[in-house]
Amino acid sequence: MKIGGKPVDGWTSIALLLTGGYLFMVVWPLVTVLLASVTNGEGFSLDGFATFFSSRLYYGTLLNSLLVTICVTVLAFVIAFPLAYFMTLFRIPGTRTIQVLILASMMSPPFIGAYSWILMLGNNGLITRWFKDVGLEVPSIYGFTGIVLVLTLQLVPLIFTYLMGAWRTIDVSLLEAAESMGMTGWRRALKVIMPLLLPTILGGSLLVFVRAFADFGTPMLIGQGFRTIPVLIYSSFVGEVSVDRSFAAAVAVIVIAVTLGVFLVQKFIVDRRTFSMTAMRPIEPSPLAGWKGWGVYAYVYGFLVLALAPLVVVVVSSFRNTLYGQFVDGFSFRNYLTAQRDIIRYITNTFSIGLTALVLLVIVAVLVSYLTVRRKGALTGALDTMTMVPYVVPGLIIGIALITAFSQPPLVLTGTFAVMVLALAIRRLPYSVRSTTALMYQFSPSIEEAAVSLGASKFRTLVQVIVPALAPGIVSGAVLSWVTIITELSTTLFLYNTSTQTLSLGIYAQVIRGQLGTAAALSTILLILTMLSLFLLLRLSGGSREIRL
Amino acid sequence: MTRIALQALRKEYAGQVAILDLTLEIADGEFFTLLGPSGCGKTTLLRMIAGFNSIEAGTISFDGTVINDRPASERNIGMVFQNYALFPQMTAAKNVGFGLQTRKIARAEAERRVAEALESVRMGHLKDRLPGQMSGGQQQRVALARALVIQPALLLMDEPLSNLDAKLRVEMRDTIRQAQRDAGITTVYVTHDQEEAMAVSDRIAVMNLGVVQQVGTPAEIYRRPANRFVAEFIGKTNLLERDLVRQDGRALIDLGNGQIIDVTDMINPSASGRVQVSVRPEAVKAASTGLAAEVVDETFLGSHSQVRAQLVSGDIVEFLEFSQRSVLWQRGEKVFLHVDTNLLTFFDAASGMSIMAGAAV
Ligand SMILES: Nc1ncnc2c1ncn2[C@@H]1O[C@H](COP(=O)(O)OP(=O)(O)OP(=O)(O)O)[C@@H](O)[C@H]1O
Ligand SMILES: [Mg+2]
Repeated sequence: MKIGGKPVDGWTSIALLLTGGYLFMVVWPLVTVLLASVTNGEGFSLDGFATFFSSRLYYGTLLNSLLVTICVTVLAFVIAFPLAYFMTLFRIPGTRTIQVLILASMMSPPFIGAYSWILMLGNNGLITRWFKDVGLEVPSIYGFTGIVLVLTLQLVPLIFTYLMGAWRTIDVSLLEAAESMGMTGWRRALKVIMPLLLPTILGGSLLVFVRAFADFGTPMLIGQGFRTIPVLIYSSFVGEVSVDRSFAAAVAVIVIAVTLGVFLVQKFIVDRRTFSMTAMRPIEPSPLAGWKGWGVYAYVYGFLVLALAPLVVVVVSSFRNTLYGQFVDGFSFRNYLTAQRDIIRYITNTFSIGLTALVLLVIVAVLVSYLTVRRKGALTGALDTMTMVPYVVPGLIIGIALITAFSQPPLVLTGTFAVMVLALAIRRLPYSVRSTTALMYQFSPSIEEAAVSLGASKFRTLVQVIVPALAPGIVSGAVLSWVTIITELSTTLFLYNTSTQTLSLGIYAQVIRGQLGTAAALSTILLILTMLSLFLLLRLSGGSREIRL
Repeated sequence: MTRIALQALRKEYAGQVAILDLTLEIADGEFFTLLGPSGCGKTTLLRMIAGFNSIEAGTISFDGTVINDRPASERNIGMVFQNYALFPQMTAAKNVGFGLQTRKIARAEAERRVAEALESVRMGHLKDRLPGQMSGGQQQRVALARALVIQPALLLMDEPLSNLDAKLRVEMRDTIRQAQRDAGITTVYVTHDQEEAMAVSDRIAVMNLGVVQQVGTPAEIYRRPANRFVAEFIGKTNLLERDLVRQDGRALIDLGNGQIIDVTDMINPSASGRVQVSVRPEAVKAASTGLAAEVVDETFLGSHSQVRAQLVSGDIVEFLEFSQRSVLWQRGEKVFLHVDTNLLTFFDAASGMSIMAGAAV
């Protein structure tokens, strides 16, 4: 059968099904939020927006968020660029280990970082008390400083990973050409290399911006009086602020608008300056000597210590004794033993919900990327654009959207297993679709045609030829997705109940309840899970150092 | 075994015509080659036959049955791709066995046929290798075995040798020809290498700009090109533009300094006016009398050398010199060229069409 010259087959139905599902599960909930923001009980009204901009208490959070985000984005870049530069150009002892550790710190959940810095530098923190004992005051970790510190340390590795990838595409001859024209050292890095890396830098910065802007756990735990916009959304939605839901919706719309704006500006800049490069001869690191060497080592190792300290502190703390949730002297396994039943429940939920979400995610991502790469058309183009929507929507808002849309009959999903799975899958989908699409593009169409001409149906070709051939990439991507799923907090914050509480939700709940020991134990378990996944990822990607995010 | 007929076939890419009302017949068991410059539509036509390109008008039939709407997977076609297109995660044997698996051939029989097919391209010893562990030539052999093992109605190959080095190309083209003969499968082969086309084909279709210029055996195409494009594309030739004069019922052409040739029996009785004489290099020899010329240069190529000489008329003629002189001719040296009239072909200067006797006008 043909419609408009294009053959209509099973793929068209799949594309329609996916589009329909996406419209219903993602677009419709977001539209309800949008509608809620411009209506009150009676009809059209912009009261939500008016309230927001009327009080510094409210719009101040937007300014706070922007301030934090810009500081974090700039700082993360300023710290990561030299790091990537040194790691590429110089031979640094333990390079491989350093890269793995940096990856590890990137993958650990940000709220664990926040929590750990409180353990160290909080009012009752380890370091705070040492200093107090010798009669010194340390500056407070709470508020702006703490948020920026935690998020920067968390996001430097992200930009670093991007930069390392980009450096690998730069051919030695470019550096040599610059040198032969008398340009060396920092001047060369800034004048020659920086422009080449710019698309990557902007891409990475966007990701940092989006993450920092949308992060809820960190400011919630460490922000105290310094409230950012996700915290405002949270508290207004759970009713701490005595305003109606249209206010929360209005704030959500403002957040989406800001993220979307930044996204479009970045896209506009990047689209204009993408270079396609492949290094015939990638840069070989050279050995370092003298004071310059020591400076470089100090920088790299110094960052590593700072990035890993929170993780070590959490693990050690998990073995400390506690009394009414607060740490006291002595070490034991008590934190693990007393919370045994909760721990088992959290872990079971994490695996059952996480794995279901992962399977759904991978299947949808493979189908969508296949359709957009091999079945170019209006429908698949629309589908591709739609799957990118959650990229600019913070997790908290996805959660809100899902409850707003699915909390009244006929479809009540709040508190169910299904809504948790759905939320997590939706959250991660843009990343998954992108990485799978990149894999699909590398796959020669003639291999697919070969299978078809040998008598295989399109579907069989996908299942028997394409997916197995792309399996290493798909599995690596799935492991990365798995890590983000198990460490996700904000998306599911409004959606869980005790029977669907996962590890990360458990940690959050315990910290809020002041059960610091249990929280440390849970964090340690989550970290171990994350590290095991990372280990698996490195095993899977074998020798190749490229890791797609 | 299949007879292919293409009838008034047309292909457009977004309104741009790539194949223009093309009609062709390919006989059962024939090795048929599509030859033409880059972008002339060879791949496009091949993919239409394979079922990967839409057809805007016309029909393709196998043994008299129109198959325009039959999906690619049901056309029973073996394809060999330029980039081999082996399934990267499957061993050589698995690759070859894939088509048998989709055809639900029993395990034992499939294994036997896979082994046979790999043996026929001398790849039996590497059956457990993955494509990534094979050289280009080895991958191409596996690709050929994979296409042949399904006993296809038709074998399609799109520049299968262009990624291989020169020596391997010659070896592989013999392998391909041999395997095709043994299996007796109708084959459509695409190449832009005219020597390769000559070496393997039963018949060749020379294409340009989406239009077939001539169909014929390699010898026909070389000796009796249908138009100037074919003459120039296949092999080398020197084109001399001259007047065709009718005198006393004879058709005469003055090649220059008194060398008048009588072409009455060679050309169409109706031809006249400006013509182009196509002089193949092998039709020219240095001699003691003939066309006066001045050497431009001589390039030594081992078994022979290649000489370019300028006629009095100003035309440059290129020819081959097999006498093993120890000193090469120098620029400006005077020579006489003898032209073998039997090897000449003639085209109408304006239309470029052949005016040889019997050629379609
Ligand atoms: N998918 C496409 N979309 C638009 N135009 C196309 C497409 N494929 C081919 N063409 C055009 O159709 C014409 C014929 O292309 P085709 O690939 O068939 O050439 P070819 O003879 O195989 O050349 P080559 O020897 O370089 O492979 C070219 O002008 C090409 O630009
Ligand atoms: Mg081609």
